[in-house]
Amino acid sequence: MTKCEVVIVGAGPAGIACGYVLAEAGVDVIILERGQYPGAKNMFGGIFFADQMNKLIPEFYTEAPVERFVAKKHYALLINDSEVSLNIDSEEHKKPPYNHSYIVRRSVFDKWFAEKAKAQGATIICGTAVTDFVWRDRRIIGVTADTADDDDNVLLADVVVCAEGANSMLSEKAGLRNRLSMRARCISVKEVIELGKDVIDERFGLTAREGAAYEYFADATPGMLGDGFIYTNMETLSVGVGVVISELYGRRNPPSPNQLLDRFKNHPCIRPLVKGGKTLEYSAHMIPMDGFRNLPRFYTDGLMLVGDAAGFVNNSICHEGVNMAMASGIMAAETILANRQERRYDARALRQYEHRLKNSFVLQNMKNSRDFIDILRTHKELLNNYPHLVQDVITSYFKVSDVPKSTVKRDISRMLRSRVSVVKAARTVMALMRGGI
Amino acid sequence: MNIIVCVKQVPDILEVSVDKETNTLIREGVDSVINPFDLYAVEEGLRLKEQYGGQVYVLSMGPPQAIATLRQGLSLGAERGILLSDIGFAGADTLATSYTLAKAVKKIGHFDLVICGRQAVDGDTAHVGPSLAEKLGVPHVSCVIKIHEVTEEYMIAERITEDAKEKVKLSLPGLITVCKGINEPRFPSLKWKINAARTRVEVWSAHDIGADESKIGLKGSPTRVVKMTTPQHHRAGQMLEGPVGEQVADLVSKLRERQVL
Ligand SMILES: Cc1cc2nc3c(=O)[nH]c(=O)nc-3n(C[C@H](O)[C@H](O)[C@H](O)COP(=O)(O)OP(=O)(O)OC[C@H]3O[C@@H](n4cnc5c(N)ncnc54)[C@H](O)[C@@H]3O)c2cc1C
Repeated sequence: MTKCEVVIVGAGPAGIACGYVLAEAGVDVIILERGQYPGAKNMFGGIFFADQMNKLIPEFYTEAPVERFVAKKHYALLINDSEVSLNIDSEEHKKPPYNHSYIVRRSVFDKWFAEKAKAQGATIICGTAVTDFVWRDRRIIGVTADTADDDDNVLLADVVVCAEGANSMLSEKAGLRNRLSMRARCISVKEVIELGKDVIDERFGLTAREGAAYEYFADATPGMLGDGFIYTNMETLSVGVGVVISELYGRRNPPSPNQLLDRFKNHPCIRPLVKGGKTLEYSAHMIPMDGFRNLPRFYTDGLMLVGDAAGFVNNSICHEGVNMAMASGIMAAETILANRQERRYDARALRQYEHRLKNSFVLQNMKNSRDFIDILRTHKELLNNYPHLVQDVITSYFKVSDVPKSTVKRDISRMLRSRVSVVKAARTVMALMRGGI
Repeated sequence: MNIIVCVKQVPDILEVSVDKETNTLIREGVDSVINPFDLYAVEEGLRLKEQYGGQVYVLSMGPPQAIATLRQGLSLGAERGILLSDIGFAGADTLATSYTLAKAVKKIGHFDLVICGRQAVDGDTAHVGPSLAEKLGVPHVSCVIKIHEVTEEYMIAERITEDAKEKVKLSLPGLITVCKGINEPRFPSLKWKINAARTRVEVWSAHDIGADESKIGLKGSPTRVVKMTTPQHHRAGQMLEGPVGEQVADLVSKLRERQVL
C-alpha cells in the first residue's frame, strides 16, 4: 500500500491552496482529483475573490489565466418586464489589485493553480475519484480510489483533507454531516455565450481588460429563492441562474433549471445583452447553502473538511466562495504544519483548525450572514412584493405627465401604506442588518 | 524477465480527418493517444512481469509531448520510461526509427524480451518491430495473439496470419509484436498513477545513444513519399425488389456470379 503524509481529496481552490502551502513547507502531499485535469469538472459564476490568492502568490494576476478584472458591478432587481438597478463603477477598482475581483474560467484557472502547487512539490493525480475512507480504530488513516477491493487503490496518510466541493458524499461518509437537505443546496445552470470582445466591450461599456459583473434578483427566478448573473469573460459571457433546490419541489409543474435560464435570457432587459451569441458550453453545479447554523463538523480523527465541503460559502449578497475555500484550505495546512512534529492528527489536535476558522473572516462572515437565507425564506415579500413595489414607486414618480408632483407623491405614499406594513418592513430590515448582510 | 515495450504516440484516429487538397492528415487540434496496439504490448509485458518477475521499461521515440504516452505506460505499471527525443530524429521512416530504437535498447543493456504493437495506426507499416529485431540480432515473432509458455531459454507464442494460427518457439532474448485480442488492457491503479507522477521520464538525445547521424531522422530515411491519395469508397448499391423468396434467390445468384459463394 502506498503511503504519504497528507492526502487531499479534490483539486479545487480549497484543495490546491492546502496542497500548495503544505508542499511549500516540504510535506509529502498528494492531491487526488476525479476530473481528467484540475478544473475539468469545475464551474462557477464567476468572480474569483482573490485576496487569499494575492497573499499566496503575490500579483498572481500578472501570470494567471484571468479573463478580466471586475471594473463594473451592477446589482439589479428584475421585475416583470423592467429592472431597477444600482451601478458601481469605481476608478479604484480599475487599479491593481483590482479590488481582488477577477473573472476567470475555472477549467483553465484551476489547471494553472494546480501547476503552481506542483512546482512547490505537490503531487496531483487526476482521473481518480476517491470512493471512501480507510479507517482504523475509528480513525481515518487513508482513502480508497475507484475500486476498493485492491491494495493498489488504497492510499494511506497521516491525515486526510477533504476538499470535495458541494457534493459532500465523503463528508457524509465520515459522519461529519447529515444527508444533504434540498434546502441546503442551490442548483445553478450556466451557459457560456460567445459574442466576441468588441461586442462585449460595447454592450457593457468596457475597454481593455475591464470586466462587468451583473447580479439579478427578484424575477430572475420568479417567485423562487434564487438569482441570475452575467459575467463578462474576454470573448464570451457567462450567463446563469441559481435556485434553491427545495424551491423546485412542492410545486405543480416545477420549471426545470434550464427553463428558468431560458426565461431569464429572454427577459426584455437581459435579451439585448446576450442576443446574437452562440452558446458554447452548458453546465450545472451546486452551491452549498448550509448557513452558519447548519454547518457540518469541520474535523474528526484524521480528517478535516475545507471549502464547499465544509459549507463555507457566504450566501448573502456577495456570494464569496473561492476566497473562503482558499482560506480554509490554507488554515487546514497551517494546522497540519503546527502538529507535524508530534504527528498527532486526532480530533483534539485538529481542534486548532476550528479555532483558526473562528478567528478569521471565514466563520465571522458566515456568522454575519447567518440568517440571510432564512429571512428570504420567511419574508417572501422581499423577493416578491417589495421589488414590485420599488418598481411601481419609481415608475410612478418618474412618469412624465401633467399630474402635479405633489399629487404623485400623495398617491405613492398611499400605495406604500396599502402595500407594506411599516413595522413589518422595519423589522425585516433590522433582521437583515443583524444577521443577513 | 526484463522486458522493453516500444510505444508510439499517435493522433487519435477517431478524430483525424484528411485534408482533401494535400491528402495529408489534419493533425491540428487532434488529441494524441498511445497507439492502440501498443497498449496490448504494455499489458502483455506487465502480465509477464507479474508472472515471472523482473521489470518493464517503456521506450518511445517522439517529440517532447510524447512524455505523456510514457507516463501512461508508467501509470499502468512500468518501472521506467525513456523518451528518445532530438531534432535529429525528425522525419524518420521505419528504417531510421528501428535503427534509433535499437541503439537505445543497446544502451539499456540487458533484456529478455522486446514487445511492440503489431503496427502503428498512423502509418500501418508493421515494419518497425521486425526491423528492430534484425538490428538487435534477435529472433522475432509477429502478430502474437497468445503466449503459451515461457522458460529461461524460449517462449512458445501463437501468432495469427490471414488464414491460420501458428505456434512458434522463439528463443530468448527475442522480440514479439502483439495483436488486438491478446489481452484486455487494465486501467491504471492509484499506486501506479502516483508512481508515474513521481517518476521522471528519462529523455535521451541522439548523442546519448551514440547514434550515427547519417542513420537517423530524414537523413537516415530512404523512404520518399511520392504521392498521397485518399481512398475512394465506391459503393455500387443495388436494391432487390419483389417477394422475399425471389429476392433471396436473386441475391444468391448475384453472389454466385461474383464468385462470392
Ligand atoms: C454557478 C456558481 C457561481 C458561483 N459564483 C461564485 C463567485 O462568483 N465567486 C465565488 O467566490 N464563488 C462562487 N461560487 C462558489 C465557488 O465556486 C465555490 O465556493 C468554490 O469553487 C469552492 O471551492 P472548493 O475547492 O471547496 O470546491 P470545488 O471548486 O467544487 O472543487 C472540488 C473538487 O473536488 C473534486 N472532487 C469531488 N469529489 C471528489 C472525489 N470523490 N474524488 C476526487 N475528487 C473529487 C471535484 O472534481 C473538484 O475539482 C459559485 C458557484 C457556482 C456553482
